[in-house]
Amino acid sequence: MDMEFSPEDLAFQQEVRQFIAENYPADLRDKQDEGEEMSKEDFLAWHKILYKKGWIAPAWPVEYGGTGWTPTQRFIWSEETARADCIRLMPFGLAMVGPVIYTFGTPEQKAHFLPRILSGEDWWCQGYSEPGSGSDLASLRTTAVADGDDYIVNGQKTWTTLAQHADWGFFLVRTDKEAKQQEGISFLLIDMKSPGITVRPIITLGGEHEVNEVWLEDVRVPQSQRVYDENKGWTCAKFLLAHERTGIAGVAASKRGIEKVKAIARTELDGDKPLLANAFFKRKVAELEVDLAALEFTELRSLAGPNANRGPGPESSLLKIKGSEIQQRLTELTLEAVGHYGAPYFRGFGEGDNEHPIGPDYAHRAAPTYFNMRKTTIYGGSNEIQRNIIAKMVLGL
Amino acid sequence: MDFTYTETQDMIRDTLARFLGDTYDFETRQKFINSDTGRDPAIWTALAQELGMLGAPFAEEHGGLGGGALENAIVMEELGKVIGIEPYLPTVVIAGGALKAVGGAQADAMIPEIIAGNAIIAFAYAEPQGRYDLANLRTTAKKDGAGYVLSGHKSVVYAAPWATHLLVTARTGGNPRDRDGVSLFLIDANLPGIVRRDYPTVDGSRASEIYFENVAIPGDALLGGEGTGLPLIEQIVDEATVAVCAEATGVMQKLHEGTLEYTQQRKQFGVPIAKFQVLQHRMVDMFMEVEQARSMTIMGTLKLSLPANERMAAVSAAKAKVARGANFVGQNAIQTHGGIGITQELAIGHYFKRATMIEGQFGSADHHMERYERITLND
Repeated sequence: MDMEFSPEDLAFQQEVRQFIAENYPADLRDKQDEGEEMSKEDFLAWHKILYKKGWIAPAWPVEYGGTGWTPTQRFIWSEETARADCIRLMPFGLAMVGPVIYTFGTPEQKAHFLPRILSGEDWWCQGYSEPGSGSDLASLRTTAVADGDDYIVNGQKTWTTLAQHADWGFFLVRTDKEAKQQEGISFLLIDMKSPGITVRPIITLGGEHEVNEVWLEDVRVPQSQRVYDENKGWTCAKFLLAHERTGIAGVAASKRGIEKVKAIARTELDGDKPLLANAFFKRKVAELEVDLAALEFTELRSLAGPNANRGPGPESSLLKIKGSEIQQRLTELTLEAVGHYGAPYFRGFGEGDNEHPIGPDYAHRAAPTYFNMRKTTIYGGSNEIQRNIIAKMVLGL
Repeated sequence: MDFTYTETQDMIRDTLARFLGDTYDFETRQKFINSDTGRDPAIWTALAQELGMLGAPFAEEHGGLGGGALENAIVMEELGKVIGIEPYLPTVVIAGGALKAVGGAQADAMIPEIIAGNAIIAFAYAEPQGRYDLANLRTTAKKDGAGYVLSGHKSVVYAAPWATHLLVTARTGGNPRDRDGVSLFLIDANLPGIVRRDYPTVDGSRASEIYFENVAIPGDALLGGEGTGLPLIEQIVDEATVAVCAEATGVMQKLHEGTLEYTQQRKQFGVPIAKFQVLQHRMVDMFMEVEQARSMTIMGTLKLSLPANERMAAVSAAKAKVARGANFVGQNAIQTHGGIGITQELAIGHYFKRATMIEGQFGSADHHMERYERITLND
């Protein structure tokens, strides 16, 4: 057991740093610093640069386009991208449906979809939750009825993140109404341009258009776009959730977030001293750092420990719970740190608008981000559901 | 970067777990901790001579197994699982750590004695006024010819009633709380002028108040430099602190497992109480504290070899997290057991008592948060 980086690892770290320094788009950096909302093009700009370099999917097996990096190299990669404040990559293709397709898909599905996920050609969204099916996901009622070589899909999905940009969606649908809940579900890949699909925005607390309702009305989907067996979609869903949970531990990003909070708290004054000298505020920052270290080493144990080759298991629920709690505390602390300037509502720059928004740059998105990040303990299986998973799968209760 | 254990490390853990499984069941432990001497010396002898376990962190040239802090953590965690009262911490981790650090003739003489099980060394560092400040010392060692004369009062010296030797911190110069002027001595426990008041501790061990009444000690009892001992003391206390974090991990794991087991047997309202979601989530929260304690112990252990400031920040982060976790897991284990949890009958309460003492050992969570902040957030 050790934490040393080998000379090869250190060389790799240098290579990564240099690559980011030379290739990260400057205009994207400016937009991030101003606290503007990111467009589809912004998200894809960095994606495409990484695709060209061959670094877009470090977690994938090499045969499907992965990098073949060691766990240490992947650790370095996430550290360095977070340190350099690189924009996050959309997880829907790379971290969610991609692994489902290369694990459960047909050769044709792999050949068609995987390269397009890697290149960024297809933007994916996730059709899981329904108005009546949140934590009880398996109660979903969207139906797919066989019709020749196709399914006819009817129903409504909700909380569909960035569906307004999506070319494709992966959907959980009911293909057998008689079977026990989890056993009658199938996993379908659906072209979002199919006739019968309507996407309607839901505006969340920070004013963002991030999530949507997706209506499906007699949508025709070829059966060849079903992943894995009919009525076995729950297997894919569980696999995907376990993968998603580890991703959202977000250790490296939270480390970077703490550095940002500290920078704000060194600038903001509390009396004649920096806010960071306030014993109560300082203690909250320190507690957050300590809890983040505990999360980091728990994640490292799962990535580079004895069970590293087993893939994400139910204990990844721990990473989700603690990771999301930390992300929320971080945004809360940021909002606290910016003081009065948490209040002005920054709507982003309008057309031809070059007036500087109210307050310091670091304050523009403090409140919207705090509001928005309440989602982290709800999505991906709420933290209460994660506790149920640990109780059942780990503790055997 | 690698978070796996070596085959030797796995072997140490398995061998020790098997041995303790055979010799340290709860009833047996209760018998010997309540005996006159409060221990079963045969266990220590067996740990040394049958298992070679007291050599875990020592170099092979001294007769050890060639390990270090990770091996100490493994042993401490296993001791934690049986709420073991064996003086491994003061003897092997602390005194052994100091001897390894100073090396030379002193190490050559004493380390084999530790490994053989002949030496039990208690760590006399705390004082009534000193709280967790290692430099807050009123005990003095005054130069006297080739040796020193030791005077002062040391508090709550765990394992002192059993000790053949004492590792003592004392002031050879400066004022109480100065960083300079602190020295470390390894002395015979039975020198004239050493007065002990022995007592049992709430967590099943034995300790003493020790009064040094003008005790003449030889010059070669000094470990390291005269008056420059504080960095060494800080280092060995940091090593000891992560070692108790490892012990805490074992204690917490047992508190959690015991609670899981009990809730599946205990029925109320016609069902095992483990069926209640409110208790399931509580036990998940306990589980997460156990796992994080394990992670922080590993983090702290691996960072012991870093430069002093990084080491101290890491150790303090670990101890603060583990102390809070031990508090949470201990209190909730008792709460979940209900009335039976507050009796002496079940092992669970005895694990709780040890967990509670570990919270404060070598500094409370608040003390370590403050040290952490002083190092990482002061600028």
